[in-house]
Amino acid sequence: MRVALFITCVNDTLFPGTGKAVVSLLRRLGCDVDFPAAQTCCGQMHVNTGYRTEGVRLARHFTEVFAGYDAVVAPSGSCAAMVREQYPKLARPGSKGAAAIAEVVPKVYELSEFLIDVLKVEDVGAYFPHRVTYHPTCHSLRGLRLGDRPTRLLQHVRGLELVPLPEAEECCGFGGTFAVKNPAVSAAMGADKTRSILDTGAEVLCAADNSCLMHIGGTLSRQKTGVRTMHLAEILASTEEAQ
Amino acid sequence: MSATFLGMPGNFPKNAEKAVQNSQLRFNLRKATHTIRGKRASVVGELPDWQELRAAGKAIKDHTLRNLDRYLVQMEEAVTRAGGTVHWARDAAEANRIVADLVKATGETEVVKVKSMATQEINLNDALAAEGITAYETDLAELIVQLGDDFPSHILVPAIHRNRSEIREIFLEKMPKVPDNLTDDPPALAEAARLHLRERFLKSKVAISGANFMVAETGTLVVLESEGNGRMCLTLPRTLISVVGIEKLLPSWRDLEVFLQLLPRSSTGERMNPYTSMWTGAVEGQDFHLVLLDNGRTDVLADEVGRQALRCIRCSACLNVCPVYERAGGHAYGSVYPGPIGAILTPQLRGMGSDLDASLPYASSLCGACYEVCPVAIDIPEVLVDLRAKAPHAAAERAGMKVAGWIFNDHTRLAKAQRVATRLRKLVPKRLPGPLSAWTDTRDIPDIPEESFRDWWERNERA
Ligand code: SF4
Repeated sequence: MRVALFITCVNDTLFPGTGKAVVSLLRRLGCDVDFPAAQTCCGQMHVNTGYRTEGVRLARHFTEVFAGYDAVVAPSGSCAAMVREQYPKLARPGSKGAAAIAEVVPKVYELSEFLIDVLKVEDVGAYFPHRVTYHPTCHSLRGLRLGDRPTRLLQHVRGLELVPLPEAEECCGFGGTFAVKNPAVSAAMGADKTRSILDTGAEVLCAADNSCLMHIGGTLSRQKTGVRTMHLAEILASTEEAQ
Repeated sequence: MSATFLGMPGNFPKNAEKAVQNSQLRFNLRKATHTIRGKRASVVGELPDWQELRAAGKAIKDHTLRNLDRYLVQMEEAVTRAGGTVHWARDAAEANRIVADLVKATGETEVVKVKSMATQEINLNDALAAEGITAYETDLAELIVQLGDDFPSHILVPAIHRNRSEIREIFLEKMPKVPDNLTDDPPALAEAARLHLRERFLKSKVAISGANFMVAETGTLVVLESEGNGRMCLTLPRTLISVVGIEKLLPSWRDLEVFLQLLPRSSTGERMNPYTSMWTGAVEGQDFHLVLLDNGRTDVLADEVGRQALRCIRCSACLNVCPVYERAGGHAYGSVYPGPIGAILTPQLRGMGSDLDASLPYASSLCGACYEVCPVAIDIPEVLVDLRAKAPHAAAERAGMKVAGWIFNDHTRLAKAQRVATRLRKLVPKRLPGPLSAWTDTRDIPDIPEESFRDWWERNERA
């Protein structure tokens, strides 16, 4: 299976470790992973902030780059949701763009979906001896409906103790440019989220979206809590040898 | 009653910032919304066919909106046949004038009102006051808002931002004949309001109402409420004037059945609401007038994406789950429609000419909780994003987005930009300047890595 990694612009630029983790995880599970170098950004920031023209251009670019693959895997619930939910609304019905989108969209998977629905694995052979809590980010939860896929994967990780997060389904307050446009509300939401996290006594907060983790992690770090944030891929890629 | 919401200064982020600092307000809101949220979830969970009901509600509303012209005429004919009089109001000014003239024709100077968002939207009370007519709110929460010279802050519980000791103070100060030893016990407060209102009901000759639904086939209006004040208003006075938005229409009684299930469960978290009043035309000894209000609704109907907002049945479920509403409070939205539905309805009805209205489509993190609970499946995030594309953008933001778009358009540019960032990584200050300072006020920024993923891949895989 020819699997393309869609790293996403945020991961590419700020969290390359997540990309490396996806590559090593997928290879360990026998996939032939490619990274189409021409990829850039899904266009979510532009579309969601009201810059549709730029967003449409980026969507077109995305469909061109990923046209020939069997599957496209993105370690981001929010970018996968952008492609799956919003792309079909960006092109005029019946247009060439709409056809290209219809072709690519069904092949785009968020990482945990790809592992469970396509590769059919729940135990990815990971080892991570820490107390972890999981935050289902809004786009993973209500956009992609990932359900318990991520936590099923985490439950199979050896050594890992998964503790439930109170008010898990509450938005963390990131929301892309929302965090900058409505800073007071965003910060208040972030503070409530970190309080819930601290209540669990977990050492690590895990999620399938680095952008939300950047906001929550930035808040945790400013509060000097000592709780780390890690992307799901990094925990799943971790093995006994790597520890 | 305080002046209209229209022309409220400021913008959503600024209003919200003030509200966030008010810890009493945050506490009141959190408690109230979480309680009703839980109740809603449990009664909705009881119905195995909730999603089908929701789809039916959506389909009925869409069908009605598509054929609104036809059903409105049918409604007018049915009401007229039943002895009522129908008036058409293009905008707020027209509606206010119609109502004021109708009241003046009765020779009365006082009217009682049962909660109606449409009359709040057009600011009827102030318009009547200008004509020497006093309007008395009879819904408990509306009464609290009116006596407190305040704005409503929630669709269902307009005084949600007040706690009971604040309410006690408002009553002591503003309610004539209130006992001095009034406690802040809810039953005591309710009893004081009841005695106060009873007198009004018995004295009043004119009442003004809204409606939750109108049934076109028979010309029937329907009001759902919990306190019984609606029933008093609708039956006691000699003249009844109902001001209703044109989107409240349903074709038939069969359609109503769906909404009588959807609304109470979504709204108060009850299986059925305590009082459902229905009236068709004029009953004996009563004069009935129906004012059909447009006030921007036809423009909303013309918008392909935005028109779904007209499906709204004002249940307030979206407010109660919205994390932004919970922190910002209802007043921050500067409209009688706060929360997620307000963020899409208000800028559509009023346009985005003011700072406040242009900021409303951004008053959301797009978390999607509102869409999930909406009983008529309004995709609020979709409309928000669509409105953002139509909103005016600041020049600096536009320039920034253009540059970002240009960089993202070509991966070699992206790679170059990443390398520049990497080279400057040690120079990035802990506190960022300009609009980005909003980030670093409360959050640390991540360290910029030594190497982007694409450079790492290039080095390892292509070598
Ligand atoms: S938008 Fe939906 S959830 Fe919100 S008030 Fe209207 S009907 Fe209720």
